[in-house]
Amino acid sequence: MGDWWSPAMMPDPAHDTKDLSSISGISMSPSRQNSHPSLHSTMTLPKTSYSVLSAFCTEDNVSQCIVYINQELCSLGLSGVGLECVSDGLSSVPVLNLLYELLQLQKRSQRGLQELENQQLKNNSDLEHLQHSNSRLKDQLEHTRRENSGLHEGERRLQLKIKTLQNCLKSEKDEVQKLQSIISSRATQYNHDTKRKERECTKLKERLNQLLMDNRDKKLTIEVSNYVGRSDGKRGLWKTGKMEARHEGEMYKALLSDYESRQRSLMLENSELKKVLQHMKKDMISILSPKKTCLKTEQTDDSLEQVGSEGEEEAAESSREMLEQSCEQAREQLTNSIRLQWRKLKSHMERLDSQASLVACQEREGEDQISRREHEDEIQIMRLEVQQCKDFIHMQQQLLQQQLNSPCDDETAALLNDCYTLEEKERLKEEWRLFNEQKKNFEKERKNFTEAAIRLGHERKAFEDDHAAWLKTQFLNMTPFVDRKRPALPESECASSASTEPEAKIQSTPPLLTKSQSHTAFSTPKAAPVKMPSTADLYRSLRLIPDSRGHSRRQSGETVRSRLRNGSVDCSVFSLVRDENSPI
Amino acid sequence: MNFSEVLKQSNQLCKVSPDGKYMATCVQYRLMVRDINTLQIVHLYSCMDQVMHVEWSADSLFILCAMYKRGLVQVWSLEQPDWHCKIDEGSIGLVSSRWSPDGRHILNTTEFHLRITVWSLCTKSVSYIKYPKACQKGMDFTSDGRYMALAERRECKDYISVFVCDDWHLLRHFESETQDLAGLEWSPNGCVLAVWDSCLEYKMLLYSLDGRLLSSYSAYEWSLGIKCVTWSPSSQFLVIGSYDEKVRILNHITWKKIKEFEHPGTISISKAVVFKEVEKSVVVGRDDLSIHQLTVGNSLFSTQSKYEIIELPTQVPVIKPDLDRANPKIGISAMAFSADNRYLATKNDNMPQSLWVWDMQRLCLLAVLEQTAPVRCFNWDPCRPRLALCTGNTRVYLWSPAGCVSVNVPVEGSFQVQSLFWHCSGNSLILLSKEQLCLCYMDSDDKK
Repeated sequence: MGDWWSPAMMPDPAHDTKDLSSISGISMSPSRQNSHPSLHSTMTLPKTSYSVLSAFCTEDNVSQCIVYINQELCSLGLSGVGLECVSDGLSSVPVLNLLYELLQLQKRSQRGLQELENQQLKNNSDLEHLQHSNSRLKDQLEHTRRENSGLHEGERRLQLKIKTLQNCLKSEKDEVQKLQSIISSRATQYNHDTKRKERECTKLKERLNQLLMDNRDKKLTIEVSNYVGRSDGKRGLWKTGKMEARHEGEMYKALLSDYESRQRSLMLENSELKKVLQHMKKDMISILSPKKTCLKTEQTDDSLEQVGSEGEEEAAESSREMLEQSCEQAREQLTNSIRLQWRKLKSHMERLDSQASLVACQEREGEDQISRREHEDEIQIMRLEVQQCKDFIHMQQQLLQQQLNSPCDDETAALLNDCYTLEEKERLKEEWRLFNEQKKNFEKERKNFTEAAIRLGHERKAFEDDHAAWLKTQFLNMTPFVDRKRPALPESECASSASTEPEAKIQSTPPLLTKSQSHTAFSTPKAAPVKMPSTADLYRSLRLIPDSRGHSRRQSGETVRSRLRNGSVDCSVFSLVRDENSPI
Repeated sequence: MNFSEVLKQSNQLCKVSPDGKYMATCVQYRLMVRDINTLQIVHLYSCMDQVMHVEWSADSLFILCAMYKRGLVQVWSLEQPDWHCKIDEGSIGLVSSRWSPDGRHILNTTEFHLRITVWSLCTKSVSYIKYPKACQKGMDFTSDGRYMALAERRECKDYISVFVCDDWHLLRHFESETQDLAGLEWSPNGCVLAVWDSCLEYKMLLYSLDGRLLSSYSAYEWSLGIKCVTWSPSSQFLVIGSYDEKVRILNHITWKKIKEFEHPGTISISKAVVFKEVEKSVVVGRDDLSIHQLTVGNSLFSTQSKYEIIELPTQVPVIKPDLDRANPKIGISAMAFSADNRYLATKNDNMPQSLWVWDMQRLCLLAVLEQTAPVRCFNWDPCRPRLALCTGNTRVYLWSPAGCVSVNVPVEGSFQVQSLFWHCSGNSLILLSKEQLCLCYMDSDDKK
C-alpha cells in the first residue's frame, strides 16, 4: 500500500482506480454513500499530520489532490458528493462528512479486522486441534499398523509351528507305521521263533519220551499192597468196538437229555409267555371293543379303521387258534396282529388322552354353566317363595284389618278387653313382685344397719369407758388436763366438716349416681352384701358416728371420692346408702 | 459263633473229605486224619517226605499225598490203614498229581508237561497221555465225573481231547480255534465246554460235548483279554472277567452278552450299599487288664473293626498297576457264584481291598465291601447265600444279604487268616493261617 502514497505514482492511479472504484462500488453498501461529505474533513487530517514529512498536498497541487481524492473516494464508493474546490480551499462540510464517513469506514473495517482476527485465532486453534487429533490418529494408525504387523508375525510364526507340527505328525505317523511294521515283523518273527522253539521243545520231549521208554526207567513204578475194586463194583471191560459204540451212544444220550431238558424248559417258558400273550390279547380286545361301539355311534366316518379293527379281531381269533398249532405258521400272523393291535391301542390311548384333555376343558366350562343355571333356578324358586310368603302375610294383614274394622260384637270386644286387662294385670303383678323383692332387700339392709349401729354404740360405750379409765389413770398419774381436752376439740370440728363435705360430694356427682341408681335397681341385693365398704367408713360418711380421728378425715373423704369414681358397684352402694339414709 | 482250638498244619495242607466226615491235615511228612466233629486223630500216616499236595478221593476212601520234589505219590486208605500205595514217577519228575473222579485212578503230570500218566489202583495198569498243554487250566472233569477235557498242543496248534473217564477212551479229539489256549471248563451240566484264549486275545469259544463249536464270543480286540471264567451253578450264565475291569455275562441259549458289570472307581449307583471296614484301636481301661484278657491276649494290642455304611457316591481305593510288566495287577481275577445262583462276588485286581457283590436276578450291583487290607480269599457258603472272606489279618468277615460282620478269631497269639473254606454242610468254616488252622462253627439257627 505504501507504494500508492508515493507522489511519483500520483497520476497513474487515476485510471487504475477506475477499475477499483467499479469494484468497490459494487462491494460498498449504499448506506455508506450517504456520508460522503465527511470524507473531506477526514482527508484533512492526513494533510496536517503528514504536512511535515510528506508532500502529498501542497499549495500548488491542491486541485490535483482534490481530484485524486475524489477519484479515490469514487473508487471507495463515496463518489456521490465530490469535493469541490472553493476559491481558497475546501468547503469544510463535505470534507468533514467525508472524513466522518471515512472514519466510520475505518471503524467498521477495524471491527471487521478484529472479527477476522478472532476468526483467525479461532481457526488457528481449530487447526491446532485438528492437527493434534490428526497426529493422534496418525499415532493410532501407526500403533494399529504395528499391532497388525505383530499379529501378522504371530500368525506367520503359528503357521510355521503348524507346519513344523504337521511335519512332526507326518514323521510320527511314519514312525508309527515303521514301528507297526517292526511290530508286525517282530510278531511274525516271534511267532516263527516260538513255533520253532515249540517244535524243538516237542522234539526234545519226544526224544526224552523215547529215551525214557528205551531206558525203561526202573524207578517208574507203582507199589500197591493189593488191588482195589472199582468204585462201581464192576470189573473193568476190554476196549472193543462195542465199547466205543457204547461210549458214543452214552455221549449222545447225555447230549440228547440235555437238549431235551433245555427244550422242556423252553417249552415251559414259551407256554408261560403264550399264556401271558393270550391274556394280554384278551385284555386288549376287551379294552378295545367297547370303544368300538362308541366309535360307531360317534364317528361314522372312521369306517376304514373300523374295518381294520374288525379284521384284526378276526385275525386275533384265528391267531389264537393258530397258537395252539405250529408256531412257525402262526408267528407271522401273530406278530402282525399284535403289531396292529398295539398300534391301535396306542392311537386309541392318544385319542383318549386328547379326549380327556378336551373333556376336562369342557367340564370346567360346563361346571360353571351348570352352577350358574342352578343358581338362577334356585333364585327363581326363592323369589317365588318370597312372593308367596308376602302374599300370605298380606292376606293375613288384610284379614286382621277386616276383623278390626268390622263392627265387632260385644263379646269379642269384651274378650279383647279382658285380654288387655289380663295383660296389664300380669305386668303389674310382675312389677309388684319386683317391688316386694326390693322392699325385702331394703328391709334387710336396714336391719343390717341398725344392728351395726347398735354394735357401734356398744363399741363407743366401751371405748368411752376405756377412755374414762385411761383418763382416770392419767389423772391418777398427775398429768395435766390439757391432754384430756385435746381430742375433744377436733372431734367437734371434724363433725361439722364431715357433715358438709360428703353431702357436697354426693351432690357433685349426681349424674353418676342417677345412672348407677338405675343400673343397680335389681343388682343391689346381690352386690350390696358382697362389696360392702368397711363399716367404719360407711358410718363416718353417713355421720352416724362422729369422726373421732380428725387427722384421717381428709384421707377418708378422698377414698370415698375415688370409690365413687372407681366403679358402679361402689357407687351403687353409696347411693343406696344415701337412699336409706334419707328416710332415717 | 464258636471257634475250635488251634491245630498245626504245614503248607496250608488241610482238606475236608467230600462226605464231610473227616479232615486231613499235613504237618511236614505226617498226614493226620481227624474226625471233623471231635477233632480227634483217627488215623496217622507217615509219608516219605514233606507233603506238597493232599487230595481226597471222591468217595472219601483214599487220600493222595504228593511229594513233588521226590517225584513220589503215596496213597492211603481210610478203611484199611495198613493198605498203602506208592507211585514213583522216576527221573522224569512230577509237577501235579490228582485223582480221577472215580477215585481209582491217579493222573500225574510230569515235568515239562511231557505227558500225563494215568495210574490205576485197580489193575496196576499205566497209560500215558502225550502232549498236554501247560496252561492256566488245561484239564477239567465234568461234574458227574464221566468225561475229562484236556488241552493239548501239537505242532503249534491247540487241540482238545475228550476222554471217557471210565476206561480212558478218547471220545473226541478236535482242534480248537484258539491262538494260545489258556483254559477250559465244563459247564456244571457237563454238556458245554468253555474254552478261552490267552490274555493276548479276547476269545471265548463254546464247544459241545461232541466237539461242535457252538459259539464264539469276543468283546474287544487289541487289548489284554480274559483273566478268569466262571460258570453259574445252574449253567445258565457264563461270566467272563477280563483285564478291562469288566465282567461280561453270557446266556446259555444264544451265548450272547446279556450284561456287563463295570467296576468303577466311583460308586454312584444308588441301589448299592458300600460297607467300609473301619478299624479302631481299643483303649483298654485299667480294670479291663484282667488276667483273662491277658491270657486271651488277642484284644490287648489289637484293633477293633466294624463296618460302616458309606454314603454314595464314594471312591474306591485304586492302585495304579505297572502296565509294562507281565501279568499286570489289573482286571477281574476272581469270581464266585453263590450256591443259589443269586449272587456273584468279584474281585478287581487294581482295587484289591474291595469285594463286589452283584445281584444276578436284577443284574445290578448290590454291595461293595471295602476292607482295610487286600482281600486274600473269599468263598461262598455251599448251602446259604453267605460269603466269607479274609484279608490276612486276625479277622474273618462275613457278608449276607442282611449285612456284614467282622469277627475276630479269638485264639492265643495272632492267627492271621490267610485262606478259608467252608465245610460242605455250611455249618463251619475252616480258617488257615501260615502254620495253623482253626475251625469256626456257625450257629445253626443263624440270624442270617
